[in-house]
Amino acid sequence: MNTPANLKYAKSDEWFDADSGKVGITDYAQSQLSDIVFVEIFVEEGETIEAGKAIASVESVKASAEIYSPASGKVSAVNKDLPNKPEAINSDPFGEAWMIQLEGASAGDVMDSAAYEKHCEERAH
Amino acid sequence: MTYIPISPHERDDMLKTIGVKSLDDLFDAIPAKHRFPKLDLPKALTEMEAYSELSDIAQANENVRGDLISFLGAGMYNHYIPSVIDHMLRRGEFYTAYTPYQPEISQGTLQAIFEYQSLMSALTGMDVSNASHYDGATATAEAVSLAYAQFRGKRKKVVMSPSVHPQYRAVVRTYTQGMDIEVSGDDQLPITNYQSPVSNLESLTSLIDDTTSLVIVQYPDFFGRVYDYTKLIETSHAKGALVCVVANPTALAMFKTPGDMGADIVVGDGQPLGIPMWYGGPSVGFFTTRKSYVHKMAGRLVGETVDNRGQRAYVLTLTAREQHIKRERATSNICTNQGLLALATAIYLSVLGKSGLKQVANLCYQKAHYAARELNKIKGYEISSETFFHEFVLECPAPVAEINAHLLDEGILGGYDLSQDYPSLKNQMLVAVTEMNSKEDIDVFVKILSEVKYE
Repeated sequence: MNTPANLKYAKSDEWFDADSGKVGITDYAQSQLSDIVFVEIFVEEGETIEAGKAIASVESVKASAEIYSPASGKVSAVNKDLPNKPEAINSDPFGEAWMIQLEGASAGDVMDSAAYEKHCEERAH
Repeated sequence: MTYIPISPHERDDMLKTIGVKSLDDLFDAIPAKHRFPKLDLPKALTEMEAYSELSDIAQANENVRGDLISFLGAGMYNHYIPSVIDHMLRRGEFYTAYTPYQPEISQGTLQAIFEYQSLMSALTGMDVSNASHYDGATATAEAVSLAYAQFRGKRKKVVMSPSVHPQYRAVVRTYTQGMDIEVSGDDQLPITNYQSPVSNLESLTSLIDDTTSLVIVQYPDFFGRVYDYTKLIETSHAKGALVCVVANPTALAMFKTPGDMGADIVVGDGQPLGIPMWYGGPSVGFFTTRKSYVHKMAGRLVGETVDNRGQRAYVLTLTAREQHIKRERATSNICTNQGLLALATAIYLSVLGKSGLKQVANLCYQKAHYAARELNKIKGYEISSETFFHEFVLECPAPVAEINAHLLDEGILGGYDLSQDYPSLKNQMLVAVTEMNSKEDIDVFVKILSEVKYE
């Protein structure tokens, strides 16, 4: 499991990059969902959102999940390419598969990579 | 799939596991006096007695397969049902159809649904069809849900034509209760000028704005009229709204498909395709749409794939809104759909084929137009419908209920009394004619009407 140390993580398995303002879902989340076949991003550029707001819906061959924003801020960009290649969430969850980018963002209830790894391990049972 | 109930031994094991002595202990929470209330029922009958009583009751009914000549339609149509349909439906493998979650043991059911979906998509001119709904009315209501979800609840207005089936409109209102959706159009527009579909459509169009999620029209409409909705659909799209066309499947064999007109959703009732009229149901609702809306579609979709041995196989491909994938966020629950009746329509369409269905449609059309011409000749009666399929409005010299009572005495089930749903349409009868009405039937109908004088 990959959990880059420079990112912050929400309990609901989203990552937040405080430097770039980008948001996505974690490697752990994609591995739990398995092959992702569909993604829809609900929020639009220019929208101001609160941490905890549902921003996207992801469907895999076996489950469907809502994605919640781990941070508050103004949406400065939406990854419009992602719906055309949802499999990028499986192959590159922290890079190509970013979902939205926030401007003037402040993190919500997030943890560092070590705490998140522990959080994932606890759920493995 | 076999269904084996538990044995007494297994039951005792289960009771022991959960820590109760007997089955009765499970009902402890219900006060004893409420557990088995005394019901005032007649003495139990033997099978022979029950059979005889039920036969008596059944014989009191009059049916359209011998007792009555029917000109009643308004959503349910009297068509010929090839006997092969019943023979196939009664096969045990299909008769106990259940949600085919496990493709390993459900290939027959899955393939039947796949065939049904393919036929429906072809008939409506759309990309995809789901595995069916309960009936045309619930399928129409689900179109509202799709559109609502497509705009994430931001567009709250649904514009519905007053010439959509009154019962479908009622179901749409029931479904959308508490959903923060405003349904407009059907109770605001005057229906008195039903002769002129164009002016009605113009006033409908004027209601479509950029808060409209969905526009619903019927084709042929409730009055049997056929109208090309291409322009209305273009206008709706220009405002960003989706359009749902409620269609009669038989008519689609003859006229331009709603898909060709640019519709986003095409729904309807499958009853005309090999399902008896029973007593008004059960039926099956078809739901077809464009590929881009497939993730917002209710129910489930069967797809074709290849199994681990490289063989063609069928599987539930998409159930984007269903409970087993969405859990507590599910927004549809069509689990067992109408498998058996969907199969009936698939068999009907396969048996008739493209040319057979066209032939049925053409017979309906020709006979209905013959009937309209003849009825129009009777003094006091007038046909005001112009472009129609197999149903038209007959203006009568007296209340329809009165005329129908007289027709029934003569063994004829008259048309639908439009004043029931449209108080302004007094003395207006909706007459349906299908391939089941012979020329003699029509002539008898005309003769009886022409012989009776009304004050």
